[in-house]
Amino acid sequence: MENVVEMRGVSKFFPGIVANDKVNFDLAKGEIHALLGENGAGKSTLMSILFGIYRPDEGKIFVKGQEVEITSPNKAHDLGIGMVHQHFKLVENFTVTQNIMLGRETTKGLFLDQDAARKRVIALSEQYGLNVDPDAKIEDVSVGMQQRVEILKVLYRDADIIILDEPTAVLTPQEIDELMAILRNFCAEGKSVILITHKLKEIMAVADRVTVLRRGKYITTAQTSETSEADLASLMVGRPVSFEIAKAPAKLGETVLSVQDLKVRDARGHLALKGVNLEVKAGEILGLAGVDGNGQSELLEAIAGLSPVEAGQIQLLGQDITNVPIRDRTEQGLAHIPADRQKFGLVLQYSLAENYILTNYYQDPYSIRGFLQKAAISHHAEELSAQFDVRSGEGIRSLAGQLSGGNQQKAIIAREFSSQPKLLLCAQPTRGLDVGAIEYIHNQLVKLRDQGVGILLLSFELDEILSLSDRIVVMYGGQISGEVQGDATNERELGLMMVGSWEK
Amino acid sequence: MELFSSMFVLALIYSTPIILAATGVLYSERSGVTNIAIEGVMVMGAFVAATILYYTEASMGDFAPWLSILLAGLAGIIYSSIHAFISIDLEGDQTISGTALNMLAPALGVYLCQIIFGQQRSQAFQRGFVKTTVPGLSEIPLIGRLFFSNIYPTFFLALAVVILTYIILWKTPLGLRLRAAGEHPAAVDSLGISVRKLRYGGVLTSGFLGGMAGGIMVLTQSTQFTASSIHGMGFISIAALIFGRWNPWGVLGASFFFGFSQIFGIYSRDVPLFANIPQEVFQALPYALTVLALLFFSRKSAAPKAVGIPYKASN
Repeated sequence: MENVVEMRGVSKFFPGIVANDKVNFDLAKGEIHALLGENGAGKSTLMSILFGIYRPDEGKIFVKGQEVEITSPNKAHDLGIGMVHQHFKLVENFTVTQNIMLGRETTKGLFLDQDAARKRVIALSEQYGLNVDPDAKIEDVSVGMQQRVEILKVLYRDADIIILDEPTAVLTPQEIDELMAILRNFCAEGKSVILITHKLKEIMAVADRVTVLRRGKYITTAQTSETSEADLASLMVGRPVSFEIAKAPAKLGETVLSVQDLKVRDARGHLALKGVNLEVKAGEILGLAGVDGNGQSELLEAIAGLSPVEAGQIQLLGQDITNVPIRDRTEQGLAHIPADRQKFGLVLQYSLAENYILTNYYQDPYSIRGFLQKAAISHHAEELSAQFDVRSGEGIRSLAGQLSGGNQQKAIIAREFSSQPKLLLCAQPTRGLDVGAIEYIHNQLVKLRDQGVGILLLSFELDEILSLSDRIVVMYGGQISGEVQGDATNERELGLMMVGSWEK
Repeated sequence: MELFSSMFVLALIYSTPIILAATGVLYSERSGVTNIAIEGVMVMGAFVAATILYYTEASMGDFAPWLSILLAGLAGIIYSSIHAFISIDLEGDQTISGTALNMLAPALGVYLCQIIFGQQRSQAFQRGFVKTTVPGLSEIPLIGRLFFSNIYPTFFLALAVVILTYIILWKTPLGLRLRAAGEHPAAVDSLGISVRKLRYGGVLTSGFLGGMAGGIMVLTQSTQFTASSIHGMGFISIAALIFGRWNPWGVLGASFFFGFSQIFGIYSRDVPLFANIPQEVFQALPYALTVLALLFFSRKSAAPKAVGIPYKASN
């Protein structure tokens, strides 16, 4: 089949790092080609070269048979290459149409002709089944629709080579299915797609071929029909990876968390929790499943003390903590790994050492008579970094914001685990992380459970819930719609409970 | 009624520089650059306009004030280019840059006066703009008296700038891009449009309009340039921008509100009801109202999201 893109021996060097080392990549017309690798493997760098954001230090690029130098994103546009960025680049208070037309405005004389652009948006949206409202403002539409707007921006510019950077990281399972269907439509229309991802399942489901990169090096290219998730995972990480988590039966202890008839209002004043009851025992992982927006986040925030409780009671080890300050909860044995690690988990402008003591900086030995004790803090930080394998450029002095996502998450885990908690609230602990880091974090959670800590695990990844949880509760519409044992259920059953059409 | 209509007309006259300066800052902030330097820009505009008028009024007559404010606008462009360079190219702190330029402007004005005129203020000019009564339109009942009698032509200039600004920012491709640069510059950059050029355009436009505003202020409200010619009107125009929610029509209304409050301060002594209240209270009124207006209207702010944040282009 004809290749629309060929990259031959492409290298890119950054100070101290070889981001791409003589990488080969080609894309056939009409195929979906996945680019697989861990964070930092060089996937994004390679695609940034193809999209004209970086210039390669070595190697040649051919697009549609012609050798080209892609000096800027504009040049890439001219060659028919479009990129859907991982972080959306949309103006929130502009309409969908305005965002799409920006930079390629249709005009009538000197003035904007929004009608013409709007018609084109509708036509493209229908042609590819994108289902966007051309007149809605970005701030009012779902993340899934925002992504489809980004895709439309690329189509509007007549791209026939479409790069998607981690497109499923922010989508719900249903939105992921829709996206996959859209990508298949593209191929049917003769467009070619490059999918940057580290999610193996999606690759197996949608891609024709997959190229694996590891530490900047090209490893291999395979037909997805001739490979397996396990093969790809070990190619990506460089060693065999087990998806099965070795886990002894839970040894249940006393009740650490008890929530009774909890009611909480969300930011808009609606009742997000309509009377929730649940218990977590020492030594168990309780999985909290559900489609995003059914009250799971509100439940964790209420227990953590981040949002006020309307009615009901929360008990930690038999003590009522419904209205006590967060510091008291922490001192009584509550630890929290928040869903948004950059916003709530870390102070990005603080060093790693400072982030490690965010919950206990005021206690001996980190603080004596109101002064921080640098030596004790550094010592503690060195220990944690070593124990939890947190890697950073400048050791414990690195700013938290400079760490990779996986290491940021490890840092939070190090801090929360080291506080010797009785109860751990854990929200989406592996979101956006690669296989190696996920495996590590899962093992750490099981280890903590075996030490007799009660864990409440919120995740939107059913695989994660199923493989880790001893017991699973499903939330729907602000209530608990079902409870099952972790080893006596499956994805289908959970899925039905998640949409409220099965009670157990 | 007589009192009210003359107050109204004066309020329009006093609003004129506020409208122009606030509309100027609108361009800058919509493109993503805070421009508190507008006060200093107006001071430079006032100095240039008063000086040019002094030297040209004898030879150029009625054309001299127009030439003066045009050159005041150009001076504003030059002065604000310092702010643009610091904010956009050096990615410096925009508040500090603006504050420095505000402190520098009156000092520079006085220094140049000392060189040119040998005193700390400019030599008084004979006459600035002349009030006109528009034939025909002034005959319209009420409206004619409020808007078209005994008014400086510069008010109509300001009004035209507001209308033009609305058209440019909301009806043209350039406006779409400029507003996007103030909301999400990375989005603009990713579509191959230069954020730097848009922001330079925004800041320099604010310099032009701010310089003209300073010139018009001194040419309609004074007879010479002094260090206190602008006395905080630049800051008030920023307040008008916030009060007007970064929108040309809102800016027009808010500017009139602040203009009227100044006139109210002047006229209050003629109102028997207020005769016993010390006059300083009314002189402080515009500034007190500014604080109050901001207190009540800035909470649900409509500020462009990326305003004040330097943007680093990707390559």
